[in-house]
Amino acid sequence: MSGPGAASRDAGLQPERTRLAWRRTTLACSVAAVLAVRQALHGSGSPLRVAGTAVIALIWLAFLGVAHVRMRQLATARPPALAPRVALGAVLCTVALALFAMTVIF
Amino acid sequence: MIDFVKDVRLWFAPQRLRDEGDTPDYRFSLANERTFLAWIRTALALVGGGFAVDQFLPDLRWGVRVGMALALLAVGAACALRAVNHWVRCERAMRRGEDLPLSRFPVVLSLGVGLVAVAMVVVVLLGWTTGR
Repeated sequence: MSGPGAASRDAGLQPERTRLAWRRTTLACSVAAVLAVRQALHGSGSPLRVAGTAVIALIWLAFLGVAHVRMRQLATARPPALAPRVALGAVLCTVALALFAMTVIF
Repeated sequence: MIDFVKDVRLWFAPQRLRDEGDTPDYRFSLANERTFLAWIRTALALVGGGFAVDQFLPDLRWGVRVGMALALLAVGAACALRAVNHWVRCERAMRRGEDLPLSRFPVVLSLGVGLVAVAMVVVVLLGWTTGR
């Protein structure tokens, strides 16, 4: 990166690669969420099923939201570094999904 | 332990991370971010594997099935938490110009996954299923 003229594209296409990595991660999250919904629908009683599905939907939407924020930042010519808050958001969604799974499986 | 508490504080305080050292070339930060994302995907895959064990192996005994699923889920959660911790430590090391942190976690994870796979083989060979 030398001077403002080089700001248009980075030869290594690093922001694009990182954006695609976020996209892959949302896809992985979607697969896990689908399996989680399948698990929740196994439970007995419709209130439990509705509640479980709602929790998963919230976790999934939160993850998509975090990824969307970051992917929009990466679409700019000089993307800022990943904020710890964004990283923590993605991690908390993953942990929440695991904790939800532990309660449902029992 | 004290170092770990300091790391955890860094998770929540971006400005403190920025106070240290010099900003590295943003391409290095992006590479670090992609590594972090790869670990998150690993964690998500382990969580998905936990769900899959419970849903697609109904012939297993309850204890074996739930134990296996819980093990995968716990490792998945640990993997996610470790991902953010390692990312923070790498980011800080790059800012300070230090060596990147070493980690035993990949070894522990591969041993754990290998153990689960071997356990699966043993369970199927010994026929610890409810049988049909």
